[in-house]
Amino acid sequence: MIKRPSLGALLLALIPFAAMCFSVSLWDRVEPMVLGIPFNLFWLIGWIVVTTLCMWAAYRLEAARDKRNGGIR
Amino acid sequence: MSPSAVALAIIFGIVGAGACLGFLAGAHRKLDLEQWTVGGRGFGVLLVYLLMAGEVYTTFSFLGASGWAYSRGGPALYIMAYLTLAYVVSFFILPPIWDLGRRHGLQTESDFFAQRYGSKYLAAFVCLTGAAFLVPYVQLQITGLGIIVEVASFDGIHRATAMVMAVAVVAAFVLASGVRAVAWVSVLKDALMVLAALAIGIGVPYFHFGGIGKMFAALAHAHPAHLTMPGATHNLGHAWYISTVLLTSLGFYMWPHSFASTFTARSGDIIRRNAVVMPLYTLTLAFIFFAGFSAVVALPGLANGDMALLAIVRKSFPPWFLGVIGGAGALTAMVPAAIFTLTAATLFAKNFYRPLFAPAMTDDQVAKLARALVVLLSAVALGLAIYSSTTLVSLLLLGYAGVTQFFPGVVLGLFWKRVTLRGVFIGMIAGVLTVVLLALTQHDPLFGLNAGFVALCLNFLLAIVVSLAANRRSAESRMA
Repeated sequence: MIKRPSLGALLLALIPFAAMCFSVSLWDRVEPMVLGIPFNLFWLIGWIVVTTLCMWAAYRLEAARDKRNGGIR
Repeated sequence: MSPSAVALAIIFGIVGAGACLGFLAGAHRKLDLEQWTVGGRGFGVLLVYLLMAGEVYTTFSFLGASGWAYSRGGPALYIMAYLTLAYVVSFFILPPIWDLGRRHGLQTESDFFAQRYGSKYLAAFVCLTGAAFLVPYVQLQITGLGIIVEVASFDGIHRATAMVMAVAVVAAFVLASGVRAVAWVSVLKDALMVLAALAIGIGVPYFHFGGIGKMFAALAHAHPAHLTMPGATHNLGHAWYISTVLLTSLGFYMWPHSFASTFTARSGDIIRRNAVVMPLYTLTLAFIFFAGFSAVVALPGLANGDMALLAIVRKSFPPWFLGVIGGAGALTAMVPAAIFTLTAATLFAKNFYRPLFAPAMTDDQVAKLARALVVLLSAVALGLAIYSSTTLVSLLLLGYAGVTQFFPGVVLGLFWKRVTLRGVFIGMIAGVLTVVLLALTQHDPLFGLNAGFVALCLNFLLAIVVSLAANRRSAESRMA
């Protein structure tokens, strides 16, 4: 059977989903414009970068777990 | 030379250079089935990466995204969210898929279903559905090519004529050189595409408004509602956004070609690392949106929103630059169209026709059948492209509604021991039928939700309930 992902990694992955998808009615607005860009577009651009950070942390978690469980798969 | 001659000459020059590159890459290798479809399994990491990236940035992101920014406004933002979140999903599902693939020698998505659920009928259904929903994706690319030639010829060449020419070039390209050609042309295509996006996204707002900030200020002033949801539509609100982002981000790797590309990676770890970095690739899309939004104020009243990007480029830049952008766009349509027809044709021949109807077929015969199917498939997509007037984004959403119906079978198969063949099969059939029914009766969106998402929920529910009922029955029979 396949190894399940760790809870920590799943929680980290939930952050971008909450920020870019479920919370849309909180940030879908034009004002305040940031750097001349409407707020909703700026929010998404910002979260693309933060998502990479979240997934990098998830990667470190999973890699550490693989190491503890012996060897690289 | 007239402006249209300049633009067209440069487009054909770029397409010609791409085709030469492809033919060179495919030359002096014997083209058997394995070599033609999976490059003889000899692809390095770089080539795999290029192939995957080549599949991501298609006419959809180039003309479709800007087209929706122009004609729909706010709802177009779903594209930035779903591409990013698709990689988040891939972080969890691709490594175990790769793992199964390595252990059991899987090559396609159908193979996965055959191995996990032990049914050749389920595998055949997956193969047929996957191939069928690739057709609108091919249609999208052909329509894009038609638009490019139409705009670049200053409306001198009719779109239908342009599409026939485009299909002939794509089919010739696929038949002559196969997947290796496609991967190498991707390099040229991606480089041109990133440059084009930056040049347009910065250049167009600067030329018409004096900067990106000034462009948005002008747009917010002239059309205050355009930049938020539901934008210029009346039924694409927040519920549609959430359901569409979920549907498409879960479905991203359910496309037969994307699913299969997982198996070409060297290790599961490489796939996870890819998932961390790939979201950054999505940033280029913002620039495409800038151009589409600029056109709302600078070039109002276009009948077809998908023409917005090229029309605004034509209005802002000299003809030679329109040619460069058109050439980049043409490659951006041709490479994916080649990958999709190749995938669909091979799937049909290898995973549907041979196992069910002609088990004695040799690999050579399968390859011949697949080539014939490439021609047939291109012709079908061309016919649909000529007679339909759907926007590029709507075409892709239809494809997603279909292929995402594989998701429950994949994710339950990976992580839930008690899932049964009957549950997955019933759920999938119900999901696909719901999609077809809602699409044909034009009930998308349904109650403000993406119709494909509604079908996906039904699919999940049936798969789980039927599996649980079967577990219960088997437990009872054990007790008796």
